[in-house]
Amino acid sequence: MTDATSAGAAPRPARSSSILEQDARTRKRNAAESRFKMYGIAAIGIGIFFLCVLLFAIVRNGIPAFTQTFITAEIALPGDRLDKTGNRDPEEMAKVSTFGYKPVIVDGLVRALEDAGIEIPFEDKADVEKMISAAAPAQVRDTVLANPELVGQTVEFRFLASSRVDGYEKGRVTRGDLARDKNLDAEHLDVVDAMKDAGMLERTFNWDFIFGADASESRPEQAGIGVAMLGSFFMMLVVLALALPIGVAASIYLEEFAPKNRWTDLIEVNISNLAAVPSIVFGILGLAVFIQIAHLPQSAPLVGGLVLTLMTLPTVIISTRASLKAVPPSIRDAALGVGASKMQSTFHHVLPLAMPGILTGTIIGLAQALGETAPLLLIGMVGYIASNYPDGVVSGFMDPNSAMPAQIYEWAKRADPAYYERAWGGIIILLCFLMTMNIIAIILRRRFERRW
Amino acid sequence: MYDSPKAEAKLDQKEIKIAAEGVQVFYGDTHAIKDVNVQIEDKTVTAFIGPSGCGKSTFLRCLNRMNDTIDSCRVEGNIRLDGEDIYDKRVDPVQLRAKVGMVFQKPNPFPKSIYDNIAYGPRIHGLAKNKADLDDIVERALKRGAIWNEVKDRLHAPGTGLSGGQQQRLCIARAVATEPEVLLMDEPCSALDPIATGQVEELIDELRENYSVVIVTHSMQQAARVSQKTAFFHLGNLVEYGETGQIFTKPQDPRTESYITGRIG
Repeated sequence: MTDATSAGAAPRPARSSSILEQDARTRKRNAAESRFKMYGIAAIGIGIFFLCVLLFAIVRNGIPAFTQTFITAEIALPGDRLDKTGNRDPEEMAKVSTFGYKPVIVDGLVRALEDAGIEIPFEDKADVEKMISAAAPAQVRDTVLANPELVGQTVEFRFLASSRVDGYEKGRVTRGDLARDKNLDAEHLDVVDAMKDAGMLERTFNWDFIFGADASESRPEQAGIGVAMLGSFFMMLVVLALALPIGVAASIYLEEFAPKNRWTDLIEVNISNLAAVPSIVFGILGLAVFIQIAHLPQSAPLVGGLVLTLMTLPTVIISTRASLKAVPPSIRDAALGVGASKMQSTFHHVLPLAMPGILTGTIIGLAQALGETAPLLLIGMVGYIASNYPDGVVSGFMDPNSAMPAQIYEWAKRADPAYYERAWGGIIILLCFLMTMNIIAIILRRRFERRW
Repeated sequence: MYDSPKAEAKLDQKEIKIAAEGVQVFYGDTHAIKDVNVQIEDKTVTAFIGPSGCGKSTFLRCLNRMNDTIDSCRVEGNIRLDGEDIYDKRVDPVQLRAKVGMVFQKPNPFPKSIYDNIAYGPRIHGLAKNKADLDDIVERALKRGAIWNEVKDRLHAPGTGLSGGQQQRLCIARAVATEPEVLLMDEPCSALDPIATGQVEELIDELRENYSVVIVTHSMQQAARVSQKTAFFHLGNLVEYGETGQIFTKPQDPRTESYITGRIG
């Protein structure tokens, strides 16, 4: 417009240029635009590439943890060794320790190998014990103590193979490696191959990895993430029970009731800052407040849950406030206009509309808490070997336990390469949980968000 | 009121429902309403007209203390409803708003069923003793809102699924369901098409029989059509207040005349 008026003195030619061809300026602009698009596509491509690499690595390294090698053998349970009094008194029988069972298993295994026509190439036949897990004697002993009448019979057992044998089956251990390994010799592998042909040895899916307890450093084949999963579950219960009501109440007050002044501004800024505080700071706060001052038990999921609640609260508050803000003010006006009180308007109209957003935020916060390791480091949940299931709900909250990410960290730290594999496997399980929670959040959002 | 001879006798001197004296409103440092005095009669439609930003909506929101929800807003002066100061410390704004209902510019039904939209007010005020009672109230309100025939078969459909005009009539029905004595309407037709506007205007005229209606409007034709009294606001001042016919035909103030003839605003 202004051009036209100023150029009024010198009239323009009727047709200054053709729109069929681009002028230099347009060409330059279009080039810049397509360059920018290329940058964007490249950025997304790099992101997807790394995501694929990550997923591929996790799946490739973690999948073997879900299968385990088992050795099946018939073991004779001689009465003279396992029950010296002969009257099947469980108390008497309990006096025989796992050391007493070891030779029984060795004898049984040697006989089974001979029966199957497998030659034992090493001098000391007792070396067959290196092929089965150190957990085997306890397994036989538990079975016998549970059923004393089995003594004197020959019973079929399914033993975990030792981690080296398992590693050989999974391709992790080669004959070359064993030259420097005193846990297993190359001769054992010949036996393993023969046992496999004879059907005594097989690799199957291992539910105990998902539901079992952690084991000591020397028995990676027995370790499972189940107890740590329970620990995480109890922690999440604490987080949900505390962070949701506290967070929602705080947000409702700040968003709907609090006067907007310097104090509420200050609180608002601090909540935003809290969300960015490194989680290890919350860990040391939890150590100081919950353990050293309040004397709550160390390594307990209750304390872990409290620490993670502190960490999750800002997330819940921020997302709740955002979803309360997103409720159109006309709904509040409408409620006030028919004579509802502020609280009625909030609880009858605003909160139900904000609910999907609140739940989504809470689930995202929970997922974040579920994967958090650093604060657990300081309250003793990392490094604890979660080898026993809690005996009930109270024990679940109060007794020392680990948590899934802490368990993964713990496994990754241990020397045996079989544990390394289990760490990857644990990550797969953790990711499955996180993915499930995120999907629930998305479904909630999709289903309830189109309400007005 | 036309069917009652007693009311007819009083036609010329109706009761004063709301009396405002020396009302000043500030938003922070902004002086939005300057010394407004106005007397709103019962069973009358009073229209507030004026250019945008002249304070007519602000003043309307003072009448049921909706301005309380705005932190920076400060109201001075004296507004009496039936002789009682509504800004008295003892007044609970919630109780006041049950007496002075409000309809907003944009139709804002709750995202619930049509039935629940109407029933919400009576429920929270405990107006219904039982379900049948509540059904009655809902039916009466919808009939008074002139929308009963359109929605009677789908009372449990969401209120947000209605058309704009229907939504606004639903909101009016919702406002009358709590049996208010005064009904404030803040540009109730600005989001509606001419047909829906016509229906709402007809409804306003009917509501006059039972309520004192105060309507803020941008449309001078609308003010002329529906109101008996008109107040002209300009820059936060109440410039002129009088019979609608007189305001539109013989305005006393030159500013009113300029606005009505389209020279300002």
